[in-house]
Amino acid sequence: MIELLSYDFLRRALIAAVLVGVAAPAVGTFIVQRRLALLGDGIGHIALTGVGLGLLTRTSPTILALIVSALGAVAIELLRVRTRTGGDVALALLFYGGLAGGVLFANLSGGSASLNSYLFGSIASVSTSDLYVVAGLAVAVLVILAVFGRELFVLCQDEEVARASGLPVRFLSLLIAVTAALTVVVAMRAVGLLLVSALMVVPVAAAQQLTRGFRATIGVAVVVGIIAAVGGLWVSVDADIAPGPTIVLLAMAVFLGAVGTGRLLRMRRTETS
Amino acid sequence: MSLPFLLTGGEVRFERRLVLRGVDLAVRPGEVVVVMGANGSGKSTLIRALLGLTPLSAGRAELYGVPPGRFRDWKRIGYVPQRLSIGGGVPATVREIVSSGRIARQSRFRPSSAADRAAVDRALVAVGMADRARDPVSDLSGGQQQRVLIARALAGEPDAFVMDEPTAGVDVRSQQTLADTLRELVGQGRTVVLVAHELGPLEPLITRSVVLDQGLIVHEGQPPSPLGDCARPGHDHIHPHAPASEPGLLS
Repeated sequence: MIELLSYDFLRRALIAAVLVGVAAPAVGTFIVQRRLALLGDGIGHIALTGVGLGLLTRTSPTILALIVSALGAVAIELLRVRTRTGGDVALALLFYGGLAGGVLFANLSGGSASLNSYLFGSIASVSTSDLYVVAGLAVAVLVILAVFGRELFVLCQDEEVARASGLPVRFLSLLIAVTAALTVVVAMRAVGLLLVSALMVVPVAAAQQLTRGFRATIGVAVVVGIIAAVGGLWVSVDADIAPGPTIVLLAMAVFLGAVGTGRLLRMRRTETS
Repeated sequence: MSLPFLLTGGEVRFERRLVLRGVDLAVRPGEVVVVMGANGSGKSTLIRALLGLTPLSAGRAELYGVPPGRFRDWKRIGYVPQRLSIGGGVPATVREIVSSGRIARQSRFRPSSAADRAAVDRALVAVGMADRARDPVSDLSGGQQQRVLIARALAGEPDAFVMDEPTAGVDVRSQQTLADTLRELVGQGRTVVLVAHELGPLEPLITRSVVLDQGLIVHEGQPPSPLGDCARPGHDHIHPHAPASEPGLLS
């Protein structure tokens, strides 16, 4: 591993992996608590249109993915509030529209091949300027969670209690959706848009097998996220396989291990009590 | 001095169904008002309308003299919902949930203070859950979860409480804890509005009862003392002076 770090592109990839490993599970804990585990997936689909537009206009696919996915997140949140029935159909329209738009724009630009790297990730091709954007977004995500975490906890726990506590419910709902969108763009280069949601959900699912509290869940989920992202990158370089799916499958393996360990922990707890 | 809760001509409509049909309710400081009535009589809707959680289709609600939409002093209000939501399976400890009751008193950019922690400790002791503070709420019984919800409201040290069926499905011990807690709050001059099916140990604390039937107040005053057949637990109050129900409106 150490000698691999002498390669610039691998150093960049490693930094990107750590950033993704921290940011995605941290946001994911709130998203799962809010029962929106598939939100990241939806935003990922919409972000693809941004990527396609970036390829078509020969500007930065990352920046356009950021803009389009943030707008998409706001649209999803508004649809969620406005439409009580049929909300999931409206969401499905957005998701598939996003996916189809992305593929079409990329096709028009003649860059369908590079679309693949956004769909399934290509962490080894992260450029220095990409890394700056990813790092900036990851820091923004963590600052948002640090400042608004307490309020988001109440919101994601029980929206009515949040309202009866005088919290700005509409603003916070948009904030968590947009934060998820930022995270999607952070994770896009590492695991690809189709697998982005996995890094927001799977580490959280693994952590909640082991933990008793919310803070502890965030902490353990972030550790799982870093292990999966860095470990997956290392394995993929070593075995010369695609990093995105390797990272996600490693996270899944940790999840399975956590399910077993959690069972044992609970059995021991009931024996002692 | 403005009233903690005021509802004038409150009307709530879900789709085309009228759930509250012009309810007037004024709650003075220090009162303990119980809202009673059969299932579907509009009890929960009434207290949610008081807080602005359910929009009124007609009439007006006020919290301390201000409509809920413009009300800013939410630290004066403590809301206890019907049940604890276990958010998406993400665990939370008893202490984390109770601490979140301080939110209306906290500043966004400052960490929790010693005063916050002390209030949370007092709330945990008040409901007898101090020894469970580090346990996940999902491990608790229904009655214990209800006590956690009450502790969350207590932690915010509000002047007025709104409790949606705090005694529903709660074991005798938790009911007694709730009664003791309420007695202390009443002694401090706090205001309480609660929904209940049966009063049990709460009965001596109630200063006024409001009975709803089909979205209208049909009895107001002393808690209807259960006599004869009415003493049966879980019976429905039927009041001869209640207006004849209008078929079609609610069906």
